[in-house]
Amino acid sequence: MSISGFIVPVILAGTALFSLTRKVDVYSALTTGAGEGLSVMVKIFPALVALLSAVYMFRASGAMDYFTQLFAPFLEKLGVPPETAAILLIRPISGSGALAVGSELMAQYGTDSYIGRTAAVMLGCTETTFYTIAVYFGAAGIRRTRYTIPAALTADLTGFVAAALAVRLFFGT
Amino acid sequence: MAMAWVWTGMAVVSLLFGIITGNIGQIGTAALDGAAAAVELCLSMAGVICLWTGVMEMMNRCGLSALLARLFRPFLRRMMPRSSQDEETLSAISANISANLLGLGNAATPLGIRAARRMARGADGTATDELCLLVVLNTASIQLLPTTIAGVRAAHGCRTPFDILPAVWFSSVLSVGAGLLMAKILSKLWRT
Repeated sequence: MSISGFIVPVILAGTALFSLTRKVDVYSALTTGAGEGLSVMVKIFPALVALLSAVYMFRASGAMDYFTQLFAPFLEKLGVPPETAAILLIRPISGSGALAVGSELMAQYGTDSYIGRTAAVMLGCTETTFYTIAVYFGAAGIRRTRYTIPAALTADLTGFVAAALAVRLFFGT
Repeated sequence: MAMAWVWTGMAVVSLLFGIITGNIGQIGTAALDGAAAAVELCLSMAGVICLWTGVMEMMNRCGLSALLARLFRPFLRRMMPRSSQDEETLSAISANISANLLGLGNAATPLGIRAARRMARGADGTATDELCLLVVLNTASIQLLPTTIAGVRAAHGCRTPFDILPAVWFSSVLSVGAGLLMAKILSKLWRT
């Protein structure tokens, strides 16, 4: 029994117990939240339809293989599996796009493979950088963003390299 | 607009590659398969995602995010001493970070924007060092439970979709650390 097996049941029981002691109606919170989850799904569904069809076309045309080969020497130096090249390119621009690419990698190589796991960790440890920058600086009325973009992209690149490293460390290849 | 270019680019590149490689016949089918796969993916991850948004609603109502937010205040006082002098900015930033940690994206963004607006006052359209730090913190994901990804993994038949958690935390910490370090270094070099 691994430690991660405990995570889900401990969180479920722990949050419910703690909420009860705080006099929160646990069940109504759970169902209300689950209802909100549905609106999250409704929001990402159209994007996934658009992007998964694009990803499928891209792959069927042979373009995916071509770009994977193109970036392979650079990515291998960083210890990142070249198959994840498309995630690196699309992740800072589109969250649903990266999810579509990652989902396809998981389907193709298996969720518990080195590539499948690396894709999942990459998605988990990074954000839609350009979107976030646009939202925050747009709302705050900032025009000169100075060094924000290079610093944010450094974080993304570190996340991608660390994701592959972490999967190798925790699960092996 | 960026996505318009990405989507068009992918479609056009696919068409060109299809002509060159002779795979053109399969591309139309692939587009339809992809759309169908999206329906399947959404349906099979909906359960996991809805369960976790439910758990997050509990965390929100029981005051866990407020508790977390209090934990961050001393750390933020050191990292952003100028903005921390304003109580409302400090509490918006700490609430933004705790909402991010718990994966409450819908709550995190308005809080972060409120903080960013206050920090941008009098800055004349130029990002201050502390505002850059806040945005870098938000562009580097610091989520304790990446539930959407767990949903996708479960949708593809993974029995233990959360077994990647230690790996996600490890790489998140490195990624956030590298972003903040780079921001600190660049703030010394960058002259506006």
